[in-house]
Amino acid sequence: MIPPKFDYHAPKSVAEAVALLGSLGSEAKLLAGGHSLLPMMKLRFAQPAHLVDLNGIADLRGICLDGDTVVIGAMTVENDLIASDLLRERVPLLGEAARLIADPQVRNRGTIGGDIAHGDPGNDHPALSLVLDAQFVLQGPNGRRTVAANGFFLGTYMTQLEESEVMVAIRVPSFAKGTGWAYEKLKRKTGDWATAGCAVVLRQSGGVVTHIRIGLTNLAQTALRAEEAEQCLLNQPFNEAAVKRAVAAAMAITDPAEDLRGDPEYKRAMAGVMVQRALNNAWARSA
Amino acid sequence: MAKKLINVTVNGKSEERAVEPRTLLVHFLREDLHLTGAHIGCETSHCGACTVDLDGKSVKSCTHLAVQCDGSQVTTVEGLADKGVLHAVQEGFYKEHGLQCGFCTPGMLVRAYRFLQENPNPSEDEIRVGMSGNLCRCTGYQNIVKAVQYAARKLQSATAA
Repeated sequence: MIPPKFDYHAPKSVAEAVALLGSLGSEAKLLAGGHSLLPMMKLRFAQPAHLVDLNGIADLRGICLDGDTVVIGAMTVENDLIASDLLRERVPLLGEAARLIADPQVRNRGTIGGDIAHGDPGNDHPALSLVLDAQFVLQGPNGRRTVAANGFFLGTYMTQLEESEVMVAIRVPSFAKGTGWAYEKLKRKTGDWATAGCAVVLRQSGGVVTHIRIGLTNLAQTALRAEEAEQCLLNQPFNEAAVKRAVAAAMAITDPAEDLRGDPEYKRAMAGVMVQRALNNAWARSA
Repeated sequence: MAKKLINVTVNGKSEERAVEPRTLLVHFLREDLHLTGAHIGCETSHCGACTVDLDGKSVKSCTHLAVQCDGSQVTTVEGLADKGVLHAVQEGFYKEHGLQCGFCTPGMLVRAYRFLQENPNPSEDEIRVGMSGNLCRCTGYQNIVKAVQYAARKLQSATAA
């Protein structure tokens, strides 16, 4: 399979990429790692007349610290998240979850920004961004703006990223001391998308949950933040009954699509299992 | 849709060609350079039969544009042997029967070549994870793991010597 014809552009700066998007208009698509877009082009699900390749923009790669916030360039690849000592120290959930994404070769190409901006509910970084209280830095013709992950995902392949904008960075607050985390992803095989996935970040004080985020992967049109489930646990002692209530509340907001991974009933049941495991694992790691 | 001139060093040899932007790396290698080692399998980045080494990283050449490789170094399975002497990973697959039909083998070899540089002394589990981007429908992977272990031992003893 060969993609349809297109013109190729390789800007060297974000400003140049934004200018290209402005002049080429809606016929242009941004090319990040290409592991969603190129297969879609081969299958003619996407036929952009122009590809604007972000791979030559050095500023978009790398992980650094800004005060207490970890700033991840949007074109940073999954294997660089796994290898990052800074992330291991500050936001260990990200590197750990990245190991569950795709396979070693794909992780050399697939980028965190592409994974988020694509708006595919099967991608893992959307739910991770939700539980990390991440913020996305977007650059367009009128400069930069920062938007919260919560509210960014509008529907399948639809996000707050405008056609004229490039995602520049993902800003993630460092974990406070004692934070527990987990990402549980049920998949049929290496490289598969989640049948059901759940990300959790929580903190406690003396056995009572003082901070909780629950995010769900591939269980609806977008990644979900399970806020009702969070409320079942927040300011409560963490115990089996509370977890059970949270699991039920999380399952209730899922709306999974039937596919080769299973029917909605099965996926919803597996969502419950993933939420329960993620909560218990995150709790066990919290202090 | 103008063609773009690219210069890529493939297996140590500089190659300059004009390519259509839509030309995939695997097609560039197979059809323009006649290096047919990298195989076209699933075409959707799952199977790993098209794996090549690009600037020191394993990539799936079916999901990478040739035009993106301008100025890059590519190693394919054809570049592993040195003057007719098999690379340790090739010897390992031969000695340990790490193949049956052979379709996945070029991708397996190129991935194993890079994996053993990333992790020269891997456990069996690490081999299975490190090679998890390559599918084999014949062997059940057991002999592939043994082949990579063989290569790891051989490369380690060569380093020690």
